[in-house]
Amino acid sequence: MIIQALAFYLFAAVAIASGVMVVSARNPVHSVLFLILAFFNAAALFVLMGAEFLAMVLVIVYVGAVAVLFLFVVMMLDINFVALRQGFQQYLPIGALIGLVLVAELVLVFGAWVVAPGAELAATDRIPAPDQISNAHAIGLVLYTKYAYLFQVAGLILLVAMIGAIVLTHRQRDNVKKQRISTQLGRRREDSVEVVKVRSGEGI
Amino acid sequence: MTEMLREYLPILIFLGLAVGLSGVIVLASYILARQKPDSEKVSAYECGFDAFDDSRGQFDVRFYLVAILFIIFDLEVAFLFPWAITLGHIGMFGFWSMVVFLGILTIGFVYEWRKGALEWE
Repeated sequence: MIIQALAFYLFAAVAIASGVMVVSARNPVHSVLFLILAFFNAAALFVLMGAEFLAMVLVIVYVGAVAVLFLFVVMMLDINFVALRQGFQQYLPIGALIGLVLVAELVLVFGAWVVAPGAELAATDRIPAPDQISNAHAIGLVLYTKYAYLFQVAGLILLVAMIGAIVLTHRQRDNVKKQRISTQLGRRREDSVEVVKVRSGEGI
Repeated sequence: MTEMLREYLPILIFLGLAVGLSGVIVLASYILARQKPDSEKVSAYECGFDAFDDSRGQFDVRFYLVAILFIIFDLEVAFLFPWAITLGHIGMFGFWSMVVFLGILTIGFVYEWRKGALEWE
């Protein structure tokens, strides 16, 4: 139990520290690497809560795919980051203003926040204890039946993302030589070879 | 719960060993080795001359397209795992729910195949 508590504080501290480094690292590639570290620590926190499946999905999807996508985006933008930071003083007032508005909204939200009566019971009474059923099993029991509508919406969002990415980034390139096997195999001898009788001393 | 976490204890031990060992290796080279840096020793060593410019090249946008298509099918497979282990409990509705989900993504797959987004050229 003490190891569990120590591990929680370790992973939580590293997650928060790497989150701070994501924002404050000067090199955006380093920011993405700290983001990956934060994802790993969040996965470890999920494991500590008994949510193994969510931890593994976090590692596979976020570290394996989303962070790589972020790296591609960072590498794709051809921005001189030194030049980008020169306007920092200029934009500081408006940034501080937006930050103050957000802090005020958060204070308002948390100041007026009341837990609805019975909400805690409703949120916990259907959740089976983690030692009776595994996390992936518990998700599977409700995701495809009780939350089927949200599940289909997730599928539609993925479809929109796929089509959007193709529409935005895919373009046909004209000056590319491609191998078309059907065209190669479809050639016949008569189409390309001609036997000509040439009499000596005359041209064709 | 604690039974499950006990199975993860070796991973935690390995993690501690890895972090500790790499820290020791990095620190030991600072502490134990003699260090007498001069301008020749600390200058860039890249086949004998300084680097021409920043190593960050600009990537082609096609890498991004491949990565985002990978994410989508990665998520699809992630959704398949809980479905596969609970298939005996969720009945026909759960089964067809996943089939409709796969059908929606197959529409996108057919679209990207027909558009030639999977071809590198």
